[in-house]
Amino acid sequence: MNPGPRAARPPHFDVDRLIDDRRIRIVVTCGSGGVGKTTTAAAIALRAAERGRKAVVLTIDPARRLAQSMGLSELDNTPRAVKGVDGEAGGSLDAMMLDMKRTFDEVVEEHTTPERARQIRANPFYQALSSSFAGTQEYMAMEKLGQLRARPDWDLIVVDTPPSRSALDFLDAPERLGSFLDGRLIRLLGGTARAGGRTYLKVLHAGFNVVTSTLTKILGGELLKDVSTFVNALDTMFGGFRERAEQTYALLKRPETAFIVVAAPEHDALREASYFVDRLSRDAMPLAGLLLNRVHASGAAGIGAEQAVAAAERLESASDEDHVLTAALLRLHADRLKLATRDERIGERFSTTHPDVPVTRIPALAGDVHDLDGLRQIGALFDAG
Amino acid sequence: MGDWEGVRLHVVTGKGGTGKTTVAGALAMALAAGGRRVLVAEVEERQGLAQLFDVPPLSYEERRVASAPGGGEVYALAIDAREAMHEYLAMFYRLGRAGRALDKLGFVDFATTIAPGLRDVLLTGKAYEATRRRTADHHTYDAVVLDAPPTGRVVRFLDVTTSVSSLARVGPINRQANSITDLIHSPRTAVHVVTLLEDMPVQETADAVADLQAAHIPVGAVVVNQVRPPHLAARSLPAARRGRLDHEAVLAGLRAAGLPATDAVVALLTREAADHAERTALEKTQRALVDDLGRPVYELPRIADGIDPTALYELADALAEQGAV
Ligand SMILES: Nc1ncnc2c1ncn2[C@@H]1O[C@H](COP(=O)(O)OP(=O)(O)OP(=O)(O)O)[C@@H](O)[C@H]1O
Ligand SMILES: Nc1ncnc2c1ncn2[C@@H]1O[C@H](COP(=O)(O)OP(=O)(O)OP(=O)(O)O)[C@@H](O)[C@H]1O
Ligand SMILES: [Mg+2]
Ligand SMILES: [Mg+2]
Repeated sequence: MNPGPRAARPPHFDVDRLIDDRRIRIVVTCGSGGVGKTTTAAAIALRAAERGRKAVVLTIDPARRLAQSMGLSELDNTPRAVKGVDGEAGGSLDAMMLDMKRTFDEVVEEHTTPERARQIRANPFYQALSSSFAGTQEYMAMEKLGQLRARPDWDLIVVDTPPSRSALDFLDAPERLGSFLDGRLIRLLGGTARAGGRTYLKVLHAGFNVVTSTLTKILGGELLKDVSTFVNALDTMFGGFRERAEQTYALLKRPETAFIVVAAPEHDALREASYFVDRLSRDAMPLAGLLLNRVHASGAAGIGAEQAVAAAERLESASDEDHVLTAALLRLHADRLKLATRDERIGERFSTTHPDVPVTRIPALAGDVHDLDGLRQIGALFDAG
Repeated sequence: MGDWEGVRLHVVTGKGGTGKTTVAGALAMALAAGGRRVLVAEVEERQGLAQLFDVPPLSYEERRVASAPGGGEVYALAIDAREAMHEYLAMFYRLGRAGRALDKLGFVDFATTIAPGLRDVLLTGKAYEATRRRTADHHTYDAVVLDAPPTGRVVRFLDVTTSVSSLARVGPINRQANSITDLIHSPRTAVHVVTLLEDMPVQETADAVADLQAAHIPVGAVVVNQVRPPHLAARSLPAARRGRLDHEAVLAGLRAAGLPATDAVVALLTREAADHAERTALEKTQRALVDDLGRPVYELPRIADGIDPTALYELADALAEQGAV
């Protein structure tokens, strides 16, 4: 087989330098589902706090045990101090878990009279929208980030992103929800259309009759009534939705922000990471580097995988009880080498197409990460990667 | 005779990335073995099945994607809400062309956005239709396997009566929802949950099983995916975990195998064994939690070189051997 051009080692992603850089105010961990976004966000925030930063971490759906160990069992949608953090260097750590429904309520309350806010909250369509719509979580994560940034309490905000197949959702969903709420059809339903040119208006209205009558047939009058009441109650806020999303989006472009892309050494995860990296560069958003998480590594024993398996087979066939243990260890070693080689290759492939993206590797720990010590352990590995 | 005699709709869920699509494909292969015809359908517009079976992207038309041992056939379908809606509009409202014209205004996206439950009914409705479809005097498909949304959304996805309760109270969608509900809550349906032996997937599995049971939807098996070979004998695990393996014995073994027998090599192997033992202990705890759920459990091995059509046969065999079919 042709080994192809050997990938140059990518630049090292120095996470400590990033978190020690006081100009950096926002760190966002992104990546596809299950790769370790929440874990690394928490580990980064803890490490930053113990290195002297006043940090806050916004987590989204953390694993239960991790949440408990950070004192996040209380869901009140505001940051609370994390106990057990070493404040020697003058730093501190607050943490919160996003409650998207509550965040949505807060947005509504801020933008309208108490009376209207009450009406909106009681609207069944609003209730569905704020608790279970695709994109709401992303929108509210951005919203919360904007709120945290506006407060003077912290000098570093670490933001976790919602579990999603595609890392791009974090960037796209708020805009999508914004344009839906701001969109033509929903405004027509609310009777608040302010369409442009006349021909357009005519076409739209002809189509609109078919649209509403079909919608009514399929969805029923009640839902449409809810939507239209909601739209009218919200009318004054409509511009607000887009604007807010745009403001936070702009925040993400500032040099005070650093995106960290997290990926596991799997083809799917790295493909998503590639899309995301390309998107950041297209939108001129500041990428700090790639955290390749849960990488398998093996020390150099000077024994290759094939060699180990062959030796294990020899020992096993000799059916010598004394060597059962060694045979097993050799098989374990072979498995581990194979995994390590595979992970290495997958990582290299990413770096071949993205040679400028700094990379840090975090080994797969034997146990999972569910307390401050585990987070510290991950944090200490930033250095070694 | 397998564990799921009489089940016509197999729904496969699990935490994201645990192997739902892979297991759905393997289960379809296993069910088809011996001359049966099985449909496997996906609902998330991801073309996961095309990738799995290594065929060109699927459309809204059912296509044969594999043959199972003994003459069986697996068909695959990518259910798409927009197409399903057009089918609907044409069938029940005679809105064939007009239905398509509505799309220029973003109608389907809009309707399914303001009423996500509508989308679910459209998707499950298609699966329901395939389960019932008949060719001459027999079912077109002996079984239908649905590669469903992940655990967090699966109950809402399947429990379509609730989804449509806010929609039109009369009319074809509602009638359809009622029929789907009957099927989903009957012994002809089984919802299998895929998991890994890790904290979060197992937690989500437990939550999903509880939620499904509360919704009176029949829970099938728990499929533990990506199981690694044990290698180290159970009795060696405690010592391995503490890093207390017999140093001399390993040195002797290495020597006997003609390998470099140094203290450094033994130390490395011992360290790797400790990691392995720790991981195994963790997996054992998780496995106990899985067993506590009281459902049949199938284990599927981790295929070291990744999943290709050959590996799919291997996984299908493993399911069959453990009584899944
Ligand atoms: N380096 C590591 N070694 C071992 N386990 C890890 C490592 N990093 C993360 N984990 C474990 O992997 C699991 C998933 O991690 P995490 O919840 O951080 O992922 P996520 O990307 O936030 O997932 P989601 O997309 O579901 O939000 C957790 O159980 C965590 O403890
Ligand atoms: N038994 C196995 N051995 C090795 N690799 C596996 C196994 N099962 C699944 N995989 C791999 O794990 C990855 C995820 O599997 P799959 O796509 O089936 O999961 P999924 O639950 O459908 O994911 P998603 O939530 O993204 O739809 C794929 O790359 C797949 O090839
Ligand atoms: Mg997470
Ligand atoms: Mg899938």
